[in-house]
Amino acid sequence: MKRGGFDLLIVGAGPAGLSAAAEAAAQGLGILVIDEFPEPGGRMLGQFHEEKGKWWVGRRAAEQLIATCRKLGVEIRSGVSVYGMQRVDSHWVVRTSCGPLTAHSVLLATGAAEIPQPCPGWTLPGVMSIGAAQVMANVHYVKPGHRGLLIGVNPLALAIARELAVSGVTIAGIVLPGPGPLTGKEAGPKENMERLMRLSHMAPSPLLRMGGRAAFALGMSGLVARFFPKRGVKIWDIPLKLRTAALSINGANRAESVTLADINGRGELISGSEREEAVDFVALAGGLYPLAELASIAGCPFVYAKELGGHLPLHNEKMQTPVEGLYVAGNITGIEGAQVAMAQGQLAGVSVCADAGVLGERREAKLTAAMEHVRRVRAGALIQFHPDIPEARSRLYQMRESWSVN
Amino acid sequence: MDRIVHHPILGSMSPTRERVRFTFNGQELSGLQGEPIAAALLASGIRTLRKHEESGTVRGLYCGIGHCMECRLIVNGEGPVRSCLTPLAEGMRITEGPQLPNEITGRRLPP
Repeated sequence: MKRGGFDLLIVGAGPAGLSAAAEAAAQGLGILVIDEFPEPGGRMLGQFHEEKGKWWVGRRAAEQLIATCRKLGVEIRSGVSVYGMQRVDSHWVVRTSCGPLTAHSVLLATGAAEIPQPCPGWTLPGVMSIGAAQVMANVHYVKPGHRGLLIGVNPLALAIARELAVSGVTIAGIVLPGPGPLTGKEAGPKENMERLMRLSHMAPSPLLRMGGRAAFALGMSGLVARFFPKRGVKIWDIPLKLRTAALSINGANRAESVTLADINGRGELISGSEREEAVDFVALAGGLYPLAELASIAGCPFVYAKELGGHLPLHNEKMQTPVEGLYVAGNITGIEGAQVAMAQGQLAGVSVCADAGVLGERREAKLTAAMEHVRRVRAGALIQFHPDIPEARSRLYQMRESWSVN
Repeated sequence: MDRIVHHPILGSMSPTRERVRFTFNGQELSGLQGEPIAAALLASGIRTLRKHEESGTVRGLYCGIGHCMECRLIVNGEGPVRSCLTPLAEGMRITEGPQLPNEITGRRLPP
């Protein structure tokens, strides 16, 4: 540690945080990356998917980033939690489980958290978030169970369902959450079909493949949902049941079964169709939201953008927040995939260096190139979490501009 | 629950970890050095980690990455710690936390 603290403290050793560290360390900044998970890499450690016939393995990408960071002298500390931060004079004091740390700038790359999706019985042991099932199987190499049911249909659920199936875990099916005050629009087959269309290029099923974004735009999803077969369709051999809803999770002291029922094309329950599916684990997939408490503690204003996953810290395209010396990158700025997070991290690294005055006359060219890289990666992203992300982002950046004027 | 010895896409777990002994509520168990306590317990077939401090209903691992606090346990008399983030070490004595009184609802501890 340099006298007087680090040039840049990064909270979060995932794709965004590590990419930012590598970029800024290459320009000579002194950097510390902290993360409360026992090993660096973030959620990328448990991700893998097939891309153009080849497997993209997040752990390999993480290992490369970590190796690059270490070679450039970045310090990475795992198992450290942050619970406060405060701007004192011209630097940050960050309160952590290992004592206070000081840095000139802070980059928050804290990622996302899962939206809880309560249903009767969801506190039973054996019921977990979809991310927990992913981490147990792909990071810790322990199966979440022998036979499980996934409740909730979204890009994350489908991607993880396939990962679990590849790991030898039987997936009894992916079903919708039961109708109720908390499920809202998520429960209808049409809304779920629309979300699935964004994954069409990942799926081998012709039903999904023929759709894609074009069909989404033509409103075909409404048609597909109405005629969606009751028994479901199979994607990667996993039964996807858009006409089935989970009403409750049952068991004495652990999840033993799920009560399922059929729903019609409008998402209404068909009475008398209730039955029990025996499982030994249940994964709830409610989607993701930006994990942004630290930005709030740091005094950053927030904005709401549905397309980006909810409330997020106000920032501009250069990843600067309105708070001096505070930057954001990755899923804290909106829900997107790991590749976008890496590009955003790199951009944040360039931005920190630009503000630190170490880029000289390359400053503008580097910023422009890094911003262009983010846009390009976003446009080509395999997993589209929402079709209107680019529009939501330009709206957000405009809000940032008008905020600074006022 | 089964461990994944060789993952078809990710390969074998690296680095290879030593097996260590620990106790959970007095029961003697073993797990892998450095893996999260919650993973070692799940691999031992244990899903119930604790009882809710107020209602007494059983709870298990929920989010797996330190966000939800559902997996909190006492380790060597200290804690609670999040068992999904706490690495396992040889000889750990792990127990569930005690029931707690609640001044708001007026609930008292059982005698």
